[in-house]
Amino acid sequence: MNAPNSFRTGPDDNGHFGLFGGRFVAETLMPLILDLETAYNEAKADPAYKAEMDAGLKHYVGRPSPLYYAERLTEHLRAGAAPGMGAKIYFKREELNHTGSHKVNNVLGQILLARRMGKKRIIAETGAGQHGVATATLCARYGLECVVYMGAVDVARQAPNVFRMKMLGASVVPVQSGSKTLKDAMNEALRDWVTNVSDTFYCIGTVAGPHPYPAMVRDFQSIIGTETREQMLEMEGRLPDSLIACIGGGSNAMGLFHPFLDDPSVRIFGVEAAGHGIPSGQHAASLTGGRPGVLHGNRTYLLMDGDGQIAEAHSISAGLDYPGIGPEHSWLHDTGRATYISATDDEALAAFQLVAKLEGIIPALEPAHALAKVADLAPTLPEDHLMVVNLSGRGDKDIPQVADILGTSL
Amino acid sequence: MSTRIETRFKACATEGRAALVTFVTAGDPDFDTSLALLKALPAAGADIIEFGVPFTDPMADGPAIQAAGLRALAAGQTLAKTLAMVKTFREGDNTTPVVLMGYYNPVYVYGVERFLNDAKAAGVDGLVVVDLPPEEDEELCLPALAAGLDFIRLATPTTDDKRLPAVLKHTAGFVYYVSITGITGMAQADPTAVGTAVTRIKRHTALPVAVGFGVKTPESAAAIAANADGVVVGSALIDALRATLDSENRATPATLPAVTDLVGRLADAVRGVRRQAAE
Ligand SMILES: Cc1ncc(COP(=O)(O)O)c(C=O)c1O
Repeated sequence: MNAPNSFRTGPDDNGHFGLFGGRFVAETLMPLILDLETAYNEAKADPAYKAEMDAGLKHYVGRPSPLYYAERLTEHLRAGAAPGMGAKIYFKREELNHTGSHKVNNVLGQILLARRMGKKRIIAETGAGQHGVATATLCARYGLECVVYMGAVDVARQAPNVFRMKMLGASVVPVQSGSKTLKDAMNEALRDWVTNVSDTFYCIGTVAGPHPYPAMVRDFQSIIGTETREQMLEMEGRLPDSLIACIGGGSNAMGLFHPFLDDPSVRIFGVEAAGHGIPSGQHAASLTGGRPGVLHGNRTYLLMDGDGQIAEAHSISAGLDYPGIGPEHSWLHDTGRATYISATDDEALAAFQLVAKLEGIIPALEPAHALAKVADLAPTLPEDHLMVVNLSGRGDKDIPQVADILGTSL
Repeated sequence: MSTRIETRFKACATEGRAALVTFVTAGDPDFDTSLALLKALPAAGADIIEFGVPFTDPMADGPAIQAAGLRALAAGQTLAKTLAMVKTFREGDNTTPVVLMGYYNPVYVYGVERFLNDAKAAGVDGLVVVDLPPEEDEELCLPALAAGLDFIRLATPTTDDKRLPAVLKHTAGFVYYVSITGITGMAQADPTAVGTAVTRIKRHTALPVAVGFGVKTPESAAAIAANADGVVVGSALIDALRATLDSENRATPATLPAVTDLVGRLADAVRGVRRQAAE
């Protein structure tokens, strides 16, 4: 494939990133996503919308989030590296946002848009519950009805977030169909949307779904990379040399990557969940172990069988347990602009504990996958290499699950 | 040369009645039972057969059809087997139209060109693919039309007059009007609203209009039949099938008759309603 002049101009008018993306939805939803696209384009051009976003991000979400030099992790990894080796590691502290993850950046944008569109009822799908919590939070803030679909398996393993959503006034619907995880929650949210077309806004939590969602969610999350760029220039006087982030649907990663896509000196790594290991077949690494297919409104890499039936993903982390990936990542993968690697459940669990002990930061299990690969990559890179890892969320929600795995009863 | 779909709608119109379109899922609950059912449908009263292609993630379907798809997949159904069933069916029936209905991914993974060749060779007449709106016509709709297969488009209550021409543009065979906003097998269609919608669609097209998604009983089929060229019943047949399965979802001697009985009652209801001959 020829490298395009710019990696930042997509998608085209039909929502395609090369082969990927598109609008593969039922006719009932088609007028709705066209309306959404129009409303989003109008909002983007309206200074009042931008002012409302900026104020919300600053005063409610608590942005900018810090870019933090993880000194002890850096030193720890240098101790095991050859002389002169061991990249300098920075954390982009998205876990410090209100509600504890990057998800709120996107939800704020979508909820302000829903208000402009006059929608009173908000639906969302959630895996780890972070997107559900962020959505429930902003619905509480703006007095909107909120219904969150969550796979029954995830309801069980992310109990603290289920309780949080209920406290915030949302109703949480456990989804019993299919594999009872994120993909099924998304199916159920789409079924709700086709049923309640007039008053309902579907707030998708990642850079997936039909156009315009992948581009819109990316735009909202790009604040992560935009801030990182400014902060790094201020702290180090130059751009970072590499970026690394975990990938469920790919929103925290895309948010960090997108502002740097046209800076060829910046290497980009996405980390998928390898579950019990790629050869086991029990993983959630769509790019590493999947093929192009069509699901949830877009064409992208999917885990599936030879008949096009979607496979059940597996990951220790509910937020990464999805058999697809945002279409723009599929395109960045095929063009070679970004490199996609994977971390297993065990590697993520080890990184979770390591970073808690060395940095006093308990990461969520999702970014623990990225941290696991930082531990692999950093020692192979020189000391003057600046590496930014997106600390997309905090680990409070994972405490009961990790305690259970480590054999501690709370 | 007129197609099987055209011929069948014309024949029903000549009889002054709507066509009964029956939906069952291919391979539910197993290959042999499903094939026997497919063969039995025309004699039971089905004018047109919609054969559902199972998919793990049917986002426009309610619990009944979701479960039917999963039963079929658990029993080993594949797209290739579904095509083989149609081929066998065609050996004994060269007039009843068969329309495959499902989602794009299994077709995409099978390969569009290979699929169209094999479907045509098997005797498939048309395709309904839920997640391919006109915006994605280049994927399958245009190649299907070129291959001589009807691409049957869904029109819905949210398809307004402005959008309708785009939706109808490459539609062939018939128009499938989705009578409710929602998924299959849930809400009941309102016959009056459906009548208005069908009239609206007919202002834009000469194709027959069949109505589905909210039709469950012979009574509701009759009510819809008064205002449409075709009535589609799916979830109700699947519910009838499911009710006869044993605790491990296996077919029992009651399975086939339960479905064909209901098809018979639906056919009687539809045939009992005289309509002004459709043009
Ligand atoms: C903290 C955190 N990071 C990452 C993810 C994965 O989503 P995405 O890939 O869209 O960033 C989730 C999803 O729940 C999450 O909660």
